Amino acid sequence: MTRQYETVIGLEVHIELATRTKIFCGCSTAFGGAPNTHVCPVCAGMPGSLPVLNRQVVEYAMAVGLATDCRISRLCRFDRKNYFYPDNPQNYQISQLYLPICRSGHIDIETPEGIKSIGIHEIHMEEDAGKLTHDDWAGETNVDFNRSGVPLIEVVSEPDMRSADEVIAYLEKLRLIAQYLGASDCKLQEGSMRADVNLSVRPLGSDSLGTRTEMKNLNSFKAITRAVENERARQIEILESGGTVVQETRRWDDNKERSYPMRSKEDAKDYRYFPEPDLPPVEISGEWIEKVKKKQPELRDEKKKRYESQYGLPSYDADILTSDKRLADLFEETLEYCKNPKKVSNWLMVETIRLAREHGIGIDQVDFSPENLGKLITLQETGRINGTVAKEIFAVIFTDDVDPEKYVEEHGLAAVTDEAALRDAVRQAVEANPQSVADYLAGKKKAMGFLVGQTMRSMGGKADPALVNRLVGEALAQKAAAYSSFCR
Amino acid sequence: MKEILRWPAAELAQKINRREIKAKEAVSAYLEQLYALEPELNSFVTVDEEGAYAQAGRIDELTQSGKNAGPLAGVPVAVKDNLCTRGLRTTCASRMLEDFVPFYEAGAVERLRAAGAIILGKTNMDEFAMGSTSETSAFGPVKNPWDISRVPGGSSGGSCCAVAAAQSLCALGSDTGGSIRQPASYCGVVGLKPTYGTVSRWGLVAYASSLDQIGPIARNVEDCALLLEVISGGDKRDSTCLDRRDVDFGRAFARTSASPQTSPQTSSQASLQACPEDVRGLRIGIVRDYFDEGLDGEVAAAVRRAAQQLRDQGALVEEVDLSLVSYAIPAYYTIACAEASSNLARFDGVKYGYRAGAEKGLHPMYRRTRTEGFGTEVKRRIVLGSFVLSSGYYEAYYEKALRVKAMIVAAFDKAFSRFDLLLGPVAPTTAPLLGQTGDDPLKMYLGDIYTVSVNLAGLPAISLPCGLDSRGLPIGVQLVGPRFGEKTILQAARAYEKACGGFALSPMTERAEKKGGMKV
Ligand SMILES: [Zn+2]
Repeated sequence: MTRQYETVIGLEVHIELATRTKIFCGCSTAFGGAPNTHVCPVCAGMPGSLPVLNRQVVEYAMAVGLATDCRISRLCRFDRKNYFYPDNPQNYQISQLYLPICRSGHIDIETPEGIKSIGIHEIHMEEDAGKLTHDDWAGETNVDFNRSGVPLIEVVSEPDMRSADEVIAYLEKLRLIAQYLGASDCKLQEGSMRADVNLSVRPLGSDSLGTRTEMKNLNSFKAITRAVENERARQIEILESGGTVVQETRRWDDNKERSYPMRSKEDAKDYRYFPEPDLPPVEISGEWIEKVKKKQPELRDEKKKRYESQYGLPSYDADILTSDKRLADLFEETLEYCKNPKKVSNWLMVETIRLAREHGIGIDQVDFSPENLGKLITLQETGRINGTVAKEIFAVIFTDDVDPEKYVEEHGLAAVTDEAALRDAVRQAVEANPQSVADYLAGKKKAMGFLVGQTMRSMGGKADPALVNRLVGEALAQKAAAYSSFCR
Repeated sequence: MKEILRWPAAELAQKINRREIKAKEAVSAYLEQLYALEPELNSFVTVDEEGAYAQAGRIDELTQSGKNAGPLAGVPVAVKDNLCTRGLRTTCASRMLEDFVPFYEAGAVERLRAAGAIILGKTNMDEFAMGSTSETSAFGPVKNPWDISRVPGGSSGGSCCAVAAAQSLCALGSDTGGSIRQPASYCGVVGLKPTYGTVSRWGLVAYASSLDQIGPIARNVEDCALLLEVISGGDKRDSTCLDRRDVDFGRAFARTSASPQTSPQTSSQASLQACPEDVRGLRIGIVRDYFDEGLDGEVAAAVRRAAQQLRDQGALVEEVDLSLVSYAIPAYYTIACAEASSNLARFDGVKYGYRAGAEKGLHPMYRRTRTEGFGTEVKRRIVLGSFVLSSGYYEAYYEKALRVKAMIVAAFDKAFSRFDLLLGPVAPTTAPLLGQTGDDPLKMYLGDIYTVSVNLAGLPAISLPCGLDSRGLPIGVQLVGPRFGEKTILQAARAYEKACGGFALSPMTERAEKKGGMKV
């Protein structure tokens, strides 16, 4: 490579909104459901049906816009994007071209060089399409309109990103914002967050933009990283060999780790956009914006600060706990049942993340009752169970969400706190291991640990370790006293 | 013609509510008339005899148990076939929807049924309401009951024909650029296009969403007002439908209960309220621009006589220039076709309606389905509309048309600052002969010159019979009101109707009885 190149990246991110009903009708947005069971004349494109705007969609779009410092349009309007495809029942999509709801915002990301502001060109609202399923056996294609009319926002960034790392940082931040607002669950795998990458390269130092391509079908952050790096290399190779990059849409194949052209600009579709005549323009009053602002929940940065100041958590803990809305929610909900923030934080940061990794699930899929974790911590704090048992029980809570109190009872896991019984066990351990006692008296303090372990084993691991420690210490002290008087 | 067929809607409903006659008798009398004339007129696509008798049975049960069955109890209504009717085929007179049976009902039809009306059937029309003659129907042309060698006008030709021939007592039509008013004038009946947003468009198969409006077609002004009152009002399923409170149009004629006026406050208001048929002091502007060389001399004379009649009754009639008249047609066809090209995209053979068989591949299936399913005029408008929206042409055509629309609104606003109503012709001529218009679409489009600007401005307007030409064909006069000015229009219309001694049905209605009702 003779020259150095800079990568210029802009993103178009589709986020599925978490409304109960669709954007233009009252049908459910619930996932699953037999094909074409969440449909009505509107979302199936029946003749004579008309769209009615779901105001919650406007509020979510506004919330994301406010969280990203966008200007909210006081008057926004829907437009029709016309194209024929069977997953699109009307053969037009109701979207926003001329007057989108939000404009000119930014998301600040952390880079090795410091904070960098990525511009947001606009955010607009639109409807999702249905789903086609191809039955190769029958040679048929079937269409399911359950997803047709599910509300989306499209967040269009400025071409401000320069690397895959910046792309991922931007997406992580955007995802957290949408999740914190409750506007979306933003699951890439399930398609509730979809990113198309617009990428071009240019010689380092150049001001003009190179010809860009648009990459689709990116289903994970890893795929995005690979696709960005691959596309950068592909474009540089073309330029270096004297060719020109073709402006086109490409489809990423993550298994083959390469992309394929979908359509080039020559056969680019003319969407014949025009204002949607069935929906009057949406007037957004100052009061409405204020109302949404007031409802705006605490976002990540504020939450992080609060965890440090209110709960006295180390910055490291606060950072991890707020890295996922689910984790932060679990933290706050568990505190309702157990007033020890650091303990709760430890269980979430260490055991929960470890178990999630072990089970190969995302933190957002972790699903146990905060009440059960709270009870578990209390059981341990009051000495009813010891740490080892607590970890065992937590693994069961993690998978089956059991009530730890009942579980301890049913499995006889309560710590033995009967001092007389424990004293007896200690006495037996001391008597059965004279060598260890001798070692201890000779100054080998480690020998005490052995005796504690022997006592614990004889109690089936259920003894309160602190108590056992104290009793073994007392027994050894007695032996030491006897030994010194004998020597004297 | 049987006596029962002569009663106006309010009278028929009253007799049925008072159990003087049964709804079933009304239905059978109208069906007899319908069937007798249908072979010559072809005004219906589907007759719902079974449904009509079933509804009549329900009405009679209600009245038998002493309940009031509604203001339209037992009143037969014919519904244009672009209004969805639950369980009853809705074709838009297109091969594309030949077998389409909706599982939902148009808002206006729901309201009709709730008021006790009986849906006799679905009326023939221009395919997807695109046309001015009712000849573009996939089910054959409708004939004019005054002269069956002529067209009834369009696109609500079947509805207007059915009313003029007493096949139905009243009817619903839809008006996008004159589709109620022009056939009403050709057929000599009363047809009203309400203010945009007055009647819910839910269930109306869209032609041009921003211009379409459902309206009543009747024999007389009172029935027209009564029907309008029933079908008007808010509907949450149509975001463009207004929640109007002033829809007591039928009651506007009840002398004792003067309704509060919401239309523009004028000096004539007080007298109108005191006596709703009084036009004294009402300021009426004759649109001078409409009396151009394109207007037939006999039509011009009849319209001027109507204006003189109102002047004689005390209205202040003056001439007014509306300007922009020549821009209305291109602006209208640009906007209407653009919206139509998008609205009709859903008819693709995938989900419902016609699908061309034996095609491999999606695009060949789309192409053949739409080639075979749509008629020539529909395809012409889809192509025109797609063109004006294409990138590179959007600004030159569609955007410019929107600017013209805004200027037309302003021109009307200016006119209504001086006048309560505007008066002019409905169409340049009386009904043309069948088969004369099809090969010259431009000529057909120009025929809409006096009606389209009302749709562009979203205003209410009525077409009233104002005499016959030398060939015995009806001529219509149009009264246009400001937004929400339906009451003023209806009151002036009623005054004019009274001065004329009422409007006549087509001569065919008398002939039918002589022949004797023959079931087909
Ligand atoms: Zn739906």
